[in-house]
Amino acid sequence: MSQAADVALLPPAIELVGIDKRFGAVHANRAVSLAVAAGTIHGIVGENGAGKSTLMNILHGFYQADAGEIRVDGTAIAVRSPEDAIRAGIDMVHQHFMLVSTFTVLENLVLGVKGGWRLAPALGRARRELLRLADEFGLEIDPDAVVGDLPVGPRQRVEILKALYRGARILILDEPTSVLTPAETARLFAVLRALKARGVTVVLITHKLREIMEITDTVSVMRQGAMVAHRVTAETDRESLAELMVGRKVPLGLDKQAARPGDVALAVRGLSVVDDLGVTRVDDVGFEVRAGEIVGIAGVSGNGQSELLAALAGMEPFPQGEVRFAGTVMTPALPGDPGDLRTRGLAHVPEDRLGDGVVGAFPAWENVILGYHDDPAYRRVVLIDRPAILADCAAKMAKYDVRPADPHLATHGFSGGNQQKLVIARELERAPSVLLVGQPTRGVDIGAIEFIHKTLLAMRDAGCAVLLVSVELEEIMALADRILVMFEGRIVGEVAGETADERTLGLLMANAAEGDGDGSR
Amino acid sequence: MARGEAAPAWVGHVLVPLVNLALAFLVSGLIVLAIGEDPLEAVVILVRGAVGFEEAIGYTLYYATNIMFAGLAVAVAFHAGLFNIGGEGQAYIGGLGVGVALLAFDAHLPLPILLLISILASAAFGAAWAWIPGYLQARRGSHVVITTIMFNFIAFALMNYLLVNVLIQPGQMSPQSREFEPVAWLPFAHEALGWFGIQVTRSPLNLSLLWALACCLLVWLLIWRTRWGYRIRVVGGNEPAARYAGIDPAKVVIATMCVSGALAGFVGLNEIMGVQHRLLLNFTAGYGFVGIAAALMGRNHPLGIILASLLFGALYQGGAELAFEMPRITRELVVVIQGLVILFSGALEHMLRPRIEAMFRRPAPAGGEG
Repeated sequence: MSQAADVALLPPAIELVGIDKRFGAVHANRAVSLAVAAGTIHGIVGENGAGKSTLMNILHGFYQADAGEIRVDGTAIAVRSPEDAIRAGIDMVHQHFMLVSTFTVLENLVLGVKGGWRLAPALGRARRELLRLADEFGLEIDPDAVVGDLPVGPRQRVEILKALYRGARILILDEPTSVLTPAETARLFAVLRALKARGVTVVLITHKLREIMEITDTVSVMRQGAMVAHRVTAETDRESLAELMVGRKVPLGLDKQAARPGDVALAVRGLSVVDDLGVTRVDDVGFEVRAGEIVGIAGVSGNGQSELLAALAGMEPFPQGEVRFAGTVMTPALPGDPGDLRTRGLAHVPEDRLGDGVVGAFPAWENVILGYHDDPAYRRVVLIDRPAILADCAAKMAKYDVRPADPHLATHGFSGGNQQKLVIARELERAPSVLLVGQPTRGVDIGAIEFIHKTLLAMRDAGCAVLLVSVELEEIMALADRILVMFEGRIVGEVAGETADERTLGLLMANAAEGDGDGSR
Repeated sequence: MARGEAAPAWVGHVLVPLVNLALAFLVSGLIVLAIGEDPLEAVVILVRGAVGFEEAIGYTLYYATNIMFAGLAVAVAFHAGLFNIGGEGQAYIGGLGVGVALLAFDAHLPLPILLLISILASAAFGAAWAWIPGYLQARRGSHVVITTIMFNFIAFALMNYLLVNVLIQPGQMSPQSREFEPVAWLPFAHEALGWFGIQVTRSPLNLSLLWALACCLLVWLLIWRTRWGYRIRVVGGNEPAARYAGIDPAKVVIATMCVSGALAGFVGLNEIMGVQHRLLLNFTAGYGFVGIAAALMGRNHPLGIILASLLFGALYQGGAELAFEMPRITRELVVVIQGLVILFSGALEHMLRPRIEAMFRRPAPAGGEG
């Protein structure tokens, strides 16, 4: 306790007092207060739309608070722009990296840093400083590597180095692990601990409670724009944090019966996909999915899962291989047509629902027919049958508990979870024989995740063949009966669902386990 | 959790355009003042010149007809995410279609059949002229903005060649065709109203206005009430989602450009069959470009385009009167005023919109659960 008392004597590194922010009718932050002690790692958890990002964007100067005060080391400061924030020692590593991919690491580092009009001396200074920082915090990096050539983990290190180079003493990380393998995550956490040991204050936004438990000292929970709890991490647990986030008890496990696989519903043989740049994204992949089972595809994002899904859905032509489904064969010579595949009973919940699955500007009722817009049930001779579609949309909204249940609301006005429910309602209500699902719960609230998982299991038990692609290992392990792991476009391993554990899958995802399942070679 | 409540619809659809218009007139007034004329008097002359007497109304509606066709053309393409700047060329070639059809058949067929043929010919020629940029966009990735501009120039060169060398009336010096037989003249409004015993002053206004209004209704039905319109809007709203839904964006782009070109081609119907009664040069007179402004101001909705076309028609007609009445206000200055309207209600549309809409946003519920 004496250590805690010492910390309490110093003013907190960051103190937010009564931060209030409205966007129109949405009260994004309601009198939020937060104090983070210097040299600690503080986690902020909350569902999507709970106001975490708004709060951090206010701290980082992207937004201005309507009311409230920001104090750094006990002094109230005005943060009107990210430049103000950096001057106060606050910097942020965004979920989507803000790097120029054609520049080298060093060039990215000096981007936006004032230092005279001549580049060469600035680069020389930056190089020395970069090497010192890299050494001090274990962030080793080649200063002359082109950022576009770097894998995701090192790119994130560049972002962190950039913040440190600009003099950040308070570092905000927004969902930093969403693109990392378990091994890269462990490495990031080592860096964060090194930062902490040298007095840097870290604020970590995440929805992964496991990471909160592992790395943070203190944690704050946000719900509906308000701070609902501050906890010392060591004195709480995942269940109670989840309950605080949602506002009710959440069962973290699923009640799942054993699968009863039937006939092969989807057979893939020797499938390869090449992207526009000529890079092989899917490399000689073959597998089968049977009716009544969920096959999960695990892997770090960007290892060919998206391209595989697009090829199976008929959205992407492929130069090699063969896909058999419901009496049809897709080959390079006979590419599938998504419309035709739908009528044969293939449903597809795409990975990027706003990018592929809906038209954001359309009202909900128009998105509920997307892909099925030629269905005779939705039209009269020439004109579309609006009353029929509206009734259909209202029925789906009621059944899948879409909120608000307003068919006329523009789709981008719904939360991520409710958009996803709309897409799932559209695809599942057709009772498909094969269901392709990509990232079903990305950006979805915990409450809706539970609903979506139960719905997918119910589809399986009703005899649907489900192919599930997810970068969330917990999700794959909770749902899949068989797990295939993809790495650099190839399937590098298969694990039965009930025997899978995070370590084995993590090693396969990093392609570190060649045969013996032991990565320590 | 829903995003911020939108402002009431009338704010975006009515108030913002009116404020933009007022700003344009304010700046125009300052310019008029600067050159030493009385702005208030200028406004009176402009309004009286546009709607003050029967002939003026006729001219205003005649200009509005052309702008309506061109505006619809831009709007249809816009819903597929295409910016068709080639309305001028498509209108020109559409007029060529009408002219060629009437030169071929005017001596042999009655008016209703000739009208039908002319509608089909203007649509087909305009569509064909837009098909090429549409094809190049869909299959070759050549941007439609660039190619449609280029095709305006090609249309002008082609018409020059045809009228100087092929279609010119023998023995004539000016590059224009012979006059059509009177049976092939689309009745003027003063003639048509005369059938019902209503006497109005002569003006170029003719029955193509009715076709323009019908096209507004048809475009509205097409875009918002048919599967084809749905496909167009999916492609324009989110192209990857179109591919996901089994809609071929390339086919939709080509078909939409054809519809757009056909609508622009109807400008030729109004001009050639309705007013000039012969094929000649430069009859499009920039309507294709004003149509872009009308579509922007009318927010790509047929109803908005009707209103914007009436406004621009009135500016054309009232502006001509103004240049006539006030010696210091030249034709060029009238173009400046029209340009200011386009600038404020088209190009600067988003300058004031967010602020005005923010003022009218429904107040958020105080406290409580959102």
